[in-house]
Amino acid sequence: MSVLEISNLCAEVDGKAILKGLDLTIEAGEIHAIMGPNGSGKSTLANVLSGKPGYEVTGGSVLFDGQDLLAMEAEERAHAGLFQAFQYPVEIPGVSNMEFLKTALESAAKAHGEEPLSTAAFMKMLRSAAAELDLATDFLKRGVNEGFSGGEKKRNEILQMKLLAPKLALLDETDSGLDIDALAVVGNGVTAFHKEDPTRSVLMITHYQRLLNHIVPDIVHVLADGRIVESGDKSLALALEEKGYAWLNKA
Amino acid sequence: MANESVHERLNREYSAGFITDIESETLPPGLNEDVVKFISAKKGEPDWLTRWRLEAFEHWQKMPKPDWAHVDFEPVDFQAISYYSAPKSQADGPQSLDEVDPELLRTYEKLGIPLHEQEMLAGVVRGNVAVDAVFDSVSIATTFKEKLHEAGVVFCPISEAVHSHPELVQKYLGSVVPQRDNFYAALNSAVFSDGSFVYIPEGVRCPMELSTYFRINAQNTGQFERTLIVADKGSYVSYLEGCTAPMRDENQLHAAVVELVALDDAEIKYSTVQNWYPGDAEGRGGIYNFVTKRGLCRDRAKISWTQVETGSAITWKYPSVVLRGDDSIGEFYSVALTNNRQQADTGTKMIHMGKRSKSTIVSKGISAGGSQNSYRGLVRVTPTASGARNYTQCDSLLIGDACGAHTFPYIENRNPGATVEHEATTSKVSDDQLFLCAQRGIDAEKAVSMIVNGFCKEVFRELPMEFAVEAGKLLEVSLEGAVG
Ligand SMILES: Nc1ncnc2c1ncn2[C@@H]1O[C@H](COP(=O)(O)OP(=O)(O)O)[C@@H](O)[C@H]1O
Ligand SMILES: [Mg+2]
Repeated sequence: MSVLEISNLCAEVDGKAILKGLDLTIEAGEIHAIMGPNGSGKSTLANVLSGKPGYEVTGGSVLFDGQDLLAMEAEERAHAGLFQAFQYPVEIPGVSNMEFLKTALESAAKAHGEEPLSTAAFMKMLRSAAAELDLATDFLKRGVNEGFSGGEKKRNEILQMKLLAPKLALLDETDSGLDIDALAVVGNGVTAFHKEDPTRSVLMITHYQRLLNHIVPDIVHVLADGRIVESGDKSLALALEEKGYAWLNKA
Repeated sequence: MANESVHERLNREYSAGFITDIESETLPPGLNEDVVKFISAKKGEPDWLTRWRLEAFEHWQKMPKPDWAHVDFEPVDFQAISYYSAPKSQADGPQSLDEVDPELLRTYEKLGIPLHEQEMLAGVVRGNVAVDAVFDSVSIATTFKEKLHEAGVVFCPISEAVHSHPELVQKYLGSVVPQRDNFYAALNSAVFSDGSFVYIPEGVRCPMELSTYFRINAQNTGQFERTLIVADKGSYVSYLEGCTAPMRDENQLHAAVVELVALDDAEIKYSTVQNWYPGDAEGRGGIYNFVTKRGLCRDRAKISWTQVETGSAITWKYPSVVLRGDDSIGEFYSVALTNNRQQADTGTKMIHMGKRSKSTIVSKGISAGGSQNSYRGLVRVTPTASGARNYTQCDSLLIGDACGAHTFPYIENRNPGATVEHEATTSKVSDDQLFLCAQRGIDAEKAVSMIVNGFCKEVFRELPMEFAVEAGKLLEVSLEGAVG
C-alpha cells in the first residue's frame, strides 16, 4: 500500500505559485530522494505536506496512509505518523530537549489513546538513541537547539525522528552543513531507523549525492519549477552530480 | 469553531470567580476620620494605634496620587469604596476552627485551601503548611497554632497581635514602610483591616511554611491588609501568600502593605502567588492591585522575594529590600504574566547601604493578548556600600502582536567600588516555534505553556515545591485563549 500518494498538487505562497501539478507516490518501506535546483519548491513540498501555515493549496490531493492528509491539522499529521526534519531547525530556549521530547511523546500517546511511557522507560530510550547519534547526555538537558552547532541541530532532528518513530520521514537537506563524520552518523541513524522497521518510508531532500552513499534510495526524483520532471534509480543522482540540472531542461 | 472554543475557555478560565453568599457587616462607602476611628474601635485598638491611623489619614488627604507607572485606568473614587466588610458570623472573630462559619470553610475548600487541621496534618492537600485566611477585612482562621507555639513562633492576625504582642507591633509597625511612604501605603496605614503577623524568635528555624490566603468577596469593598514579619537574630522563615477574588464587573481596590524585618543573620523567604480576578477579555472589572512591600536586612541577613503575578486588572507593586546591614543579601525573583487587557508595572528596589551587600534580580515578564507589562527596577548604591554587588536579569516574552513589554531600569551608583550588572532580553513566541511543536504533535496551547514554563524556570525554582507546580498550572490557565 502507498504511504504517500500526491496527485497534481498545486500550492502558492503569497499568491505566487510554487508547486505546479506535482505527482509523487511512495510505497510503504521505500526510500526516495528528491533533488533539484535552489528555489524549485523542495522545502515548499515538505512544508505543505506537514501542514505549515502560510501555504495555500490551490489544487490536487494528498493521501497519507489512505487518509486525506490536507484535511488534517499539523499535529494530527504528526500523530498519524508524518515527520519532518527541518532544513533550518528553530530554537526553543528554556525548554530542554528532554522535556520537549517527553511532551511530544505524551501528546502522541494521548492521541492514540495509549498510556504514556513511564519517565524511567522514556529516559532509557532517550539515552540509547542519543548515544547512537553521538550526542552527549548534557545535550539532552539543554534548550531545544539552543546554541547548538549546525551539525548538532541536524543530529537532534534525527534524534526526534528516532523517538517519534514515524511511518514517513521527510528529511529536508539534513545533510547540508555536516562534516564527513557527522554525515556518517546521520546516514547510519537514518539507515538504522529504516532497518528497525522496514515498512517505514523516507523522503530525502538533498543537493548532494554524498548522503546517498550512506542511505541508498530506491528512487531518485528531480524537482524543477514545481514539478517532478525526472525519476530514476540512484544512477540519476550520479548523473545530476556530474552534469548539473541544466541538461534536463534541454531534454 | 475556533471562536467558540476560545469563548468557552474565557468563560471558564477564572475558576476562583464564585461569590460566597454570606451575611456581611459592611460600612457604607466613603472615607473620613470617623471611618478610621470606627475601624480602630471595631478592633478595640490601643490609643497609640488609633492616633497612628489618624496621622496617616491626615497625610493621605494631602498626598498626590502617583502617576508615573506605565498603566492607564479610570481614576479610583475613594469615596465610593467601603472600607470595612466582615462576614457577620465572624464579627467577634473566631476563637477556634469550630467557630468558623461552615460556609466560609467551604469557600476556602473550593479554592483548594482546607482549614481543617486534621486534613492538613494528614497531608491530604499540602502537608506542612500553616494557613491564615483573610476574608474581606478580617482574618478567619489560623491553623497549626499549637505546633507553632511550641517553637515560640507567633503567627496570628495582626489585629490579634496588637493585643497579644503590643510591644512588638508598636516597635516594628511602620518601621520599614512609614505611614507616609506613598499614597497607597498612607491609605493602608489609615484603614488597614487585617493581615498576618509573624514573629520568629532568636535562633529559631520556623518548623513549617507559613501561608496566608486573601480573598475579596464583598462588592465595592477594598482590601487593605497589613502584614508584618519579624525574624529575630539568626532565625529563618518561609512565608507564602496567595490571593483570589470573585468575578465582578466593577473594579475592586487592593492596597496592601507588607513589612519584613530580618535582624542580624536572619533569613526571610517571602513567596507570592497572586491570582486576583483580572477582569474579562474586554477589560471590564478586575482588581486594582496597588501594593507596597519592603524588607529591611540587618547584618548578614537575607530577604528573598519570589512572586508569580498572573491576576489583577492592574498590578503596581515593587517588593524591595533595604540592605542596611553589612554582608546582607536581597533577592527578587518575579514572573509577571498579563493577558487580554491586563496591565502590570512591577519590579523591585534594592537599596544598598551595607558593605559588601549583595542583590540579585531576576524578572520574567510575559505579555499576551492586548496587555501591557512593564518591569521597573531601581538599584541604588549609597556611598557607604563599598564592595556592593548587584546582578539584574530582565527578560520579556511576547505572545502575539497586540501586547507590549517595557523595561525601566534605574541605576544610581554612588560608590565607585560597587559592581552593578544589568542584562535584558526580549523574545517572542514565534510561529516557527509553534510549528515545530505542532509538527512534533504538540498542540498550540500545550506548546505555549511549555515555552512559558521554560522561560520562567529560574523563578519557579525559588518557590516551595508544591507551589511551583501550582504556579505552572496557574500560568497555563491564565494563558488560555492567548493563542489560536
Ligand atoms: N514563506 C515564503 N514567502 C515567500 N516566498 C517563499 C516562501 N517560502 C518559499 N518561497 C519561495 O518559493 C520558492 C521555492 O522555495 P523553496 O521551497 O524553499 O525551494 P527549495 O527548497 O527547493 O530551495 C522560492 O522562490 C522561494 O523564494
Ligand atoms: Mg529548501
